[in-house]
Amino acid sequence: MVGVIPLSYYLAISAVLFVMGALGVLVRRNPLIIFMSIELMLNAANLAFLAFARALNVLTGQIFVLFVMTVAAAEVAVGLALIVVIFRTKHSIDVDLMSSLKG
Amino acid sequence: MLLSEVTMSPLFNLVPLIVFLPVAGLLVNLIFGGKMGEKAIGAVASAASGLAFVVSALLGVALWTGSGEAVVVPFADWIHIGDLNIAWSFRVDTLSVLMMLVVSGVGTLIHIYAIGYMHEDVRFKKDEKRYRRFFVFMNLFIAMMMILVSGDSYLMLFVGWEGVGLCSFLLIGFWYEMDTLGRPSWANSDAAKKAMIANRIGDFGFLLASFTMFWAFKDLSFGGVFSQAGQVASVAPGVILAITLFLLIGVAGKSAQLPLYVWLPDAMAGPTPVSALIHAATMVTAGVYLVARSAPLYTLVPQAQTTVALVGGITALFAATIAVGQYDIKKVLAYSTISQLGFMVAAVGMGAYVAGMFHLVTHAFFKALLFLSAGSVILGMERGHHHLAHGKHDEHHSEEVFDPSDMRNMGGLRKQMPVTFWLYLIGALALAGIVPLAGFWSKDEILADAFHKFPTVYWLLTIAAFFTAFYMGRQVWMVFFGKPRHEAAAHAEESKPIITVPLMILAGLAVLGGALNLPGLHTLTDWLEHTIAGVEAGEFNFLVAGLSTGLALLAIFLAWTLYGHKPLAEGQKDPLKKLLGPVFTIFERKYWVDEAYGALFINRFVDVARFLADIIDGRFWHDWFHEKVIAGTYNWLSRTVLDLRIDTQGIDAFFNWLGELTKRISAGLRRWQNGFVRSYALAVLAGVVVILGYLLLK
Repeated sequence: MVGVIPLSYYLAISAVLFVMGALGVLVRRNPLIIFMSIELMLNAANLAFLAFARALNVLTGQIFVLFVMTVAAAEVAVGLALIVVIFRTKHSIDVDLMSSLKG
Repeated sequence: MLLSEVTMSPLFNLVPLIVFLPVAGLLVNLIFGGKMGEKAIGAVASAASGLAFVVSALLGVALWTGSGEAVVVPFADWIHIGDLNIAWSFRVDTLSVLMMLVVSGVGTLIHIYAIGYMHEDVRFKKDEKRYRRFFVFMNLFIAMMMILVSGDSYLMLFVGWEGVGLCSFLLIGFWYEMDTLGRPSWANSDAAKKAMIANRIGDFGFLLASFTMFWAFKDLSFGGVFSQAGQVASVAPGVILAITLFLLIGVAGKSAQLPLYVWLPDAMAGPTPVSALIHAATMVTAGVYLVARSAPLYTLVPQAQTTVALVGGITALFAATIAVGQYDIKKVLAYSTISQLGFMVAAVGMGAYVAGMFHLVTHAFFKALLFLSAGSVILGMERGHHHLAHGKHDEHHSEEVFDPSDMRNMGGLRKQMPVTFWLYLIGALALAGIVPLAGFWSKDEILADAFHKFPTVYWLLTIAAFFTAFYMGRQVWMVFFGKPRHEAAAHAEESKPIITVPLMILAGLAVLGGALNLPGLHTLTDWLEHTIAGVEAGEFNFLVAGLSTGLALLAIFLAWTLYGHKPLAEGQKDPLKKLLGPVFTIFERKYWVDEAYGALFINRFVDVARFLADIIDGRFWHDWFHEKVIAGTYNWLSRTVLDLRIDTQGIDAFFNWLGELTKRISAGLRRWQNGFVRSYALAVLAGVVVILGYLLLK
């Protein structure tokens, strides 16, 4: 097709998204927002996979994305359950307060 | 084999017995004495001495019936180093047999006397167990004296010389923990030490003589030395002079001449038999024997002879004057012995060897008699004192200290102890030189020889003889006449026969002893001629004899006027004190010689010793050197160098630094485990970056 977007543009977006997600994980205190940032990192990775699958005309990348999405969903379920339990004991979900392992 | 050896009498082979019989006696008493009774111990000791006398007599007979020449009986090899070859040989000649007879004869009589004397003495001093020790030491003394007189070399003589010095020490200090009055004191052991030390100085002279002799002659045996003496004298007479003068020092020590006589008066601290045997009859005569034996050396150096004679003469007069001022009965006899030894030494010094040896023999008889009789008197006084103490338990008497030998406590003992009185009188007359007793003949022979050979010494000895008669007279009148001056004297008792019988035998010898060398018969001169070359029989000099007898009678008369005419009363001062005043004080205080020696030598020695001990050893060595230098250095090394610098500041610092480093690292690392989820997340991110970077850049 004429005017196809170069691969590097996709990868750049992926990288930017990944970095933003990473920063979000590091900076934010609310675990829900951290999870959202993790999702963002996962989606950045998904975007990279898809871009390569399209560029190399291979199906493998697309299958892999499906796997990642499934795993992300499961992980979120478990993570949210953890947050609920933590909230029940600590009555707060500020990660800075989860420092019982300090030693 | 020499003819003399073939025809030699087999009796000569008995000679080792004169030494080994007393040794056997002492061993029997030492080993079995605990189980034997007092009588058995005394009997064994006296028998040992008596049998030695019998052997000596047999040797005398063998010499008499034989040629009379010397016989050397080899006994054992002893020293063999390079040039020096000394064997233990016995020399049987007329001179040594004469000494053997005197030593064992008088010695046996004194042993028998001592059986009775020590029986009472150990009871007065309250230590009966010590009886055995006395006789062991006495036998040891006889053995040593026999070695001295029978040795064939100067070295064997010296073995005996030292041995008798040892026995003298042991016997003077017999009652070592007390003084003469029985009180706990250092006095007796001090007296023994004084004897040992004074003798030692003499021994030093003897040793110097021996070394010079060995250096000059390469030999110490009599035969070797005397045969070479003439040769060496012609080449280097100074060597012989040195030897003889060194021997004189030995004589001055052992025979109590000036200046080393000081030990003999103190030696009276020992029991009276000891004083009789060792310090009158035998040991002190060893010096006279030595000079007589060394006659071949002395005749080569007239200057030495002059010196010896003068020493003897001056000592004779000096000691006789001191005896005049003494109050202790034994001290008078002690100074008398020193004086009579002066006579003997002067005689042998002048070359009148026979006269000297004759006087040695007669002096042994009457001096032993006098000492033993004095012992009898002392025991009598002790018995009297004990009767008082048991009779009336008077506080006054038990508190005062009673001196049984102080003549001022005696008086009138003629009535209480008649036998002792007569025996003492015989001894005193013999010593004073009254004809026809033994002392007259021997003393006269010395005076006659001195008259011809050495007039100065003649006058010294004559004046000494005058004093001798005077102090004996003084003593006899003070002790036996007048009224008792103390109750103990009033109750004194005569001694038992075991004490008086040996005295009677000695008195007989004192009376008849002159027969040994009567002028005209001169038996002893002939006897000694075999050994000492050049002795001549002197003629009887009526002038000399008359003068000496006259002076003796004058002296006795003077003593009578002072002490006999008006006997001394209790508490009265000595009449001679009024007469002579300060001169008597000089005599009484023995010219302050002991005090002078103390100030000049003994206290200076103590000062040096104290200086060495307190200052050199104490302050310098211990306080400074040990404490500051040695201990200080060690402590500095230990505390400062090892402990502080090396251990604390070095090793500990290093390991502490290591520990500190670990702590810091762990403190740093601990900050990573802070429980913060976000920092863990950052760590994960950082790790991923590193790994990816590594993989990409590889």
